[in-house]
Amino acid sequence: MRQSNLYVILFSVILTVVLGGLLAATSQGLAPFQKKSVELDTKKQILGAVMTLDDDADILAVYDEVIESEVVDYQGNVITKDEEGEPLIAENVSIEKQYKLDPKDRLYPVFKFMGENGGETVESYILPVYGSGLWDSIWGFVALDTEGKQIKGAVFSHAGETPGLGARITEPEVQARYKGKELYNEQGELVSVEMLKGENNPESKLDAHHVDGMSGATITGDGVDAMLKKYFSYYQPYFEKQGPTATL
Amino acid sequence: MSTETVEKEVKKESEALLSKRRRGLINDPLSDDNPITIQVLGICSALAVTTQMKPTLVMSIAVIFVVVFANLSISLMRKLIPGRVRIIVQLAVIATLVTLVNEVLKAFAFDMYKELSVFVGLIITNCIVMGRLEAYAMGNKPYDSILDGLGNGLGYAWIILAVAFFRELFGSGAIFGYKVFEAIGFSSEGWVGFDYQANGIMVTPVGAFFILGLIIWVQRTKTGYVEH
Repeated sequence: MRQSNLYVILFSVILTVVLGGLLAATSQGLAPFQKKSVELDTKKQILGAVMTLDDDADILAVYDEVIESEVVDYQGNVITKDEEGEPLIAENVSIEKQYKLDPKDRLYPVFKFMGENGGETVESYILPVYGSGLWDSIWGFVALDTEGKQIKGAVFSHAGETPGLGARITEPEVQARYKGKELYNEQGELVSVEMLKGENNPESKLDAHHVDGMSGATITGDGVDAMLKKYFSYYQPYFEKQGPTATL
Repeated sequence: MSTETVEKEVKKESEALLSKRRRGLINDPLSDDNPITIQVLGICSALAVTTQMKPTLVMSIAVIFVVVFANLSISLMRKLIPGRVRIIVQLAVIATLVTLVNEVLKAFAFDMYKELSVFVGLIITNCIVMGRLEAYAMGNKPYDSILDGLGNGLGYAWIILAVAFFRELFGSGAIFGYKVFEAIGFSSEGWVGFDYQANGIMVTPVGAFFILGLIIWVQRTKTGYVEH
């Protein structure tokens, strides 16, 4: 009886339904908590690009104080309403979903850092970036100076890079290498910042457009290069519209 | 008449909640029959997650949870599971429990989720869990299976925690992120006068191999266990 095909099929069906139901219920029940966790983590990453946070800092309160955000389109125009006329909130724009659209149709959130005490003037612009690593997606937030020409800080994250190799893009030590690097060459062309192959490259190679590489993670590094260059070019029109200084 | 006497013979005295045999279920995997050092199972995660104490502790709790509840569920169903699909049934139960752990981590410990997600998923393929289901839970009562799962989970946990202790101590100079060497004076301001130089090899999986090897050496010298 226990070996009959009918029994095996029935048993499998019941087991699948029970286990599947259990998972669906858990997923539904935990969804609000997970959404909160993701929001907190995103805001932590955005802030991480410009300041160091204490472990016990109230991320959400700090975020509200120091960050102002807006959404721009491919031409660099600020847009406030989506297609249905609902107000657009930069924090709610999913970079991952936008990434699947044509670059011309995407929404580009901009997070403006108003200084550690939340002043009136913008201290730096924090831009989200998104791309592909070796195994899966990589993303991050890059803080630029007010002219959009120099990197003031960067944080990266990943979905499935190899621990100890490509996953090292999450390490502060690797991210710090981007600080102070320039996006444009002397001719004013966008050359972005590239990661060198191999680690502990001589000082002479580490000019304004190159950072030291991660040994054993060349493809993840290439992914970071491509991601940065693409997104810097997407945000170029926005900075050009920011005022005469930016177009110099 | 005859059936009655047979029944009486089969019916044993009820066993103490923690009888000697049952204590053995928990104690044996801690040392004499340890899943990592004796059976050499679950090595991959023992090497991967043990660079720091905190993720290792979370991983230990996750494995204990999964192996205990997988053992319990399979033991409860052991008379119903068709022999031909038993491995798939075991896998389905383990996969469900692992997904639950992952979802809970995502909701309440997002940092740990980001760090451990890959490895928590790999508990599914952790031979310790499958091994206990196939070797024990399929043929034993629920309560005993829980104890067996707990024993093996703890046996796994204390080894990876021990490995993580030495790896974080020498690799990062810290325990649970607390800078131990700095606290006892290994810094430019302290009495030693220079910083503790982190040992890079301890951060790599190679370091875990060394420590694991040392633990196995010490343990086998003590227990006299020889591989045949």
